[in-house]
Amino acid sequence: MAKQLIDTFARRLPGDIRTAVHDNSAAGTAARYRALGDDYDDYDSLRRLAGAIRQHSIENLDHYLAQAEESLVRNGAKVHFAVTAGDACRTVSDILQRAGVRSVVKSKSMVSEEIHLNAHLTAEGIESVETDLGEYIIQIDGDHPSHIVKPIIHKNRRDIARSFEREGLGDYNDDPAVITRRAREFLRGKYLAAGAGITGANFVVADSGRLVIVTNEGNSRFCLAAAPVHIAIVGIEKVIPSDADLAVLLNLLGRSATGQQLTVYTEFVSGPASAECSSGPREMHVVFVDNRRTEVLASNCREILRCIRCGACLNVCPVYRQSSGHAYRSIYPGPVGAVLSPLLAGDKFKELADLPKASTLCGACHEVCPVDIPIPDLLLRLRDKAHREHIPSPGTPPMGGFAVMGSHPLVWRAAMNFGAAKDYVPMLDKLPIPYLGAWLKTRTLPPWRGGKFRAWMKSRANRKKEEYS
Amino acid sequence: MINLAARPKGKRVLLMATCLCDAFFDDVARATVEILEHVGCEVVFPENQTCCGQPAFNSGQWHAARQVMRHTARVFAGEDPIVIPSGSCAAMMFHGSTLEFENEGDLAEIERVGGRTWELADYLVNGLGITSWPGEFKSRIAFHRACHTRGTDSSPAIHRLLQSIRGVEIVPFAEGEQCCGFGGTFSVAFPHISSAMGELKLKHLRAADPDCIVSSDMSCLMHLAGLAKRDGQPVKVLHFAQILRDALYSDGKTTH
Repeated sequence: MAKQLIDTFARRLPGDIRTAVHDNSAAGTAARYRALGDDYDDYDSLRRLAGAIRQHSIENLDHYLAQAEESLVRNGAKVHFAVTAGDACRTVSDILQRAGVRSVVKSKSMVSEEIHLNAHLTAEGIESVETDLGEYIIQIDGDHPSHIVKPIIHKNRRDIARSFEREGLGDYNDDPAVITRRAREFLRGKYLAAGAGITGANFVVADSGRLVIVTNEGNSRFCLAAAPVHIAIVGIEKVIPSDADLAVLLNLLGRSATGQQLTVYTEFVSGPASAECSSGPREMHVVFVDNRRTEVLASNCREILRCIRCGACLNVCPVYRQSSGHAYRSIYPGPVGAVLSPLLAGDKFKELADLPKASTLCGACHEVCPVDIPIPDLLLRLRDKAHREHIPSPGTPPMGGFAVMGSHPLVWRAAMNFGAAKDYVPMLDKLPIPYLGAWLKTRTLPPWRGGKFRAWMKSRANRKKEEYS
Repeated sequence: MINLAARPKGKRVLLMATCLCDAFFDDVARATVEILEHVGCEVVFPENQTCCGQPAFNSGQWHAARQVMRHTARVFAGEDPIVIPSGSCAAMMFHGSTLEFENEGDLAEIERVGGRTWELADYLVNGLGITSWPGEFKSRIAFHRACHTRGTDSSPAIHRLLQSIRGVEIVPFAEGEQCCGFGGTFSVAFPHISSAMGELKLKHLRAADPDCIVSSDMSCLMHLAGLAKRDGQPVKVLHFAQILRDALYSDGKTTH
């Protein structure tokens, strides 16, 4: 029988990677509980408020996006809109080529991963260096992030020490302090030499035109310290109405992502460097990327656009913990990715239609989501969509027979009585029965008791009748 | 959206026994009847009931799921509370059904049925206002919060009832918020991940050394017990209704 790709990936995942992913994720979940519980009596109310703010933002995106553009332009930035991933990449490389830039430094941005910006820039002859330590390691390894906040959650320090040795960054040394110092020394030179700094943005505030960038390493500040050009690449859904909303959203973001009250650096970028500044970007560009987000907005899964990319749903997800981010074959893994990735795939939805199936619908993701996204509901809607589009789902039993039984009580009761036959089949667990075989490989079934309760109810009712008569 | 606060609280109740109790766990359904009658309920069991349709719903086969749900809505028509010894089936009735019918003409009818549905402990504590349970049950209990009771009042209700029984000791265990790995058809479509999740859950449960594992849902317990038995180290599992019923027997309050 055909197998679910994610299940197969999980089965083949080396034990040390599974342990790393599980333990780091579980630690992230524990840190989140502590950080929220220590500071708020009722953080569920805060999550619901944040969800309402984000839902309002995306439902009025036409208004807030236009307002954000106006504010950004007023602040001295240039604003670009890119419909597709290709448009976004070309917009960035055009800006760089016009400015004569041959090398850029980049801080972490999931949307830049989504549009494959680094590959595009390399093809255009522009050097692009990732400066977030995790993303830098991903880049030198030719790897892909497996977590949206902790991109190298699947690696250990020995892997990284070997990569650094290979890249000529010193002899093998797996002391994290040494690894960090070597990366820092290497990257300092890149910051100074770069002609442009590329960042993402966690939020774009419509009324003030502020970009908000949160990091723990301060690398995005370095990206903007010396480079004469700043390009921010932002998904269109990142817009929020006003600075006041940050009070709710930033308080939840750090705590949900890493268990921090606030990340080490929270930057507010309100425009290019002014004439009084001795350094900093004289030129600032904001590239708003659609890349099918408007299609998501038009779909019955639009709530997923509330996402603020904290990764709490990955950390808590039992399926993610068993299978790792790479199992999801897309930029966005875990529960949020299982919704977002197939939707962003557009006409290639079919290729990722198995992702929404990779969930027990346990709802842990919804419970931890700082913007209250009903992820299980969205997974279910995508399962319905896949079924309506006749996309096969390996291992999932067809339910036509169940529907007939479930809507015909006589057939149902007959099946309840007939089911007892299973207890008389010798070597039941060795028989190649579809679906049942997959269950019995690692589990037993309890003895069949079909019809027993109904008989008990009936005899009880008769007894009572006799008592009263 | 169904307003759960507006559900009926009368003492004539329709029992939905669930397909799992119908097929495997008759004692849980019996215990449910006995404890409901103990608190003065008249329990009606509609003979034509089958299932809430969740297996088809979770598989994305909503057409099949709606066929079953329409039947269930007809069987359970009326005004009285519907009580279910399962958080998962209850959530299917008052939440899942509203999703699968969101574009259907008979959504209002489905919502009326969902808007009368209670998970058993939720009904006892928040419907009837019962805050403690008589009798004795000497046991170290590891309580597994079934995932589909997240965001509902069921889990606190079960805790409240169990803790009030003499002799019950509820023991904590690691990663309590995690799923048992069952997930309905997930368990056959993703057998490796499902088993691995279940084994991890069992590891944490066993480390707490309980006398029995207790939950509101036989689906989770069937999965865990099935894994443990195949593993050669069986565990004792009980639905909380069985504990409530056995506690009553300890006081000699119920006759068979």
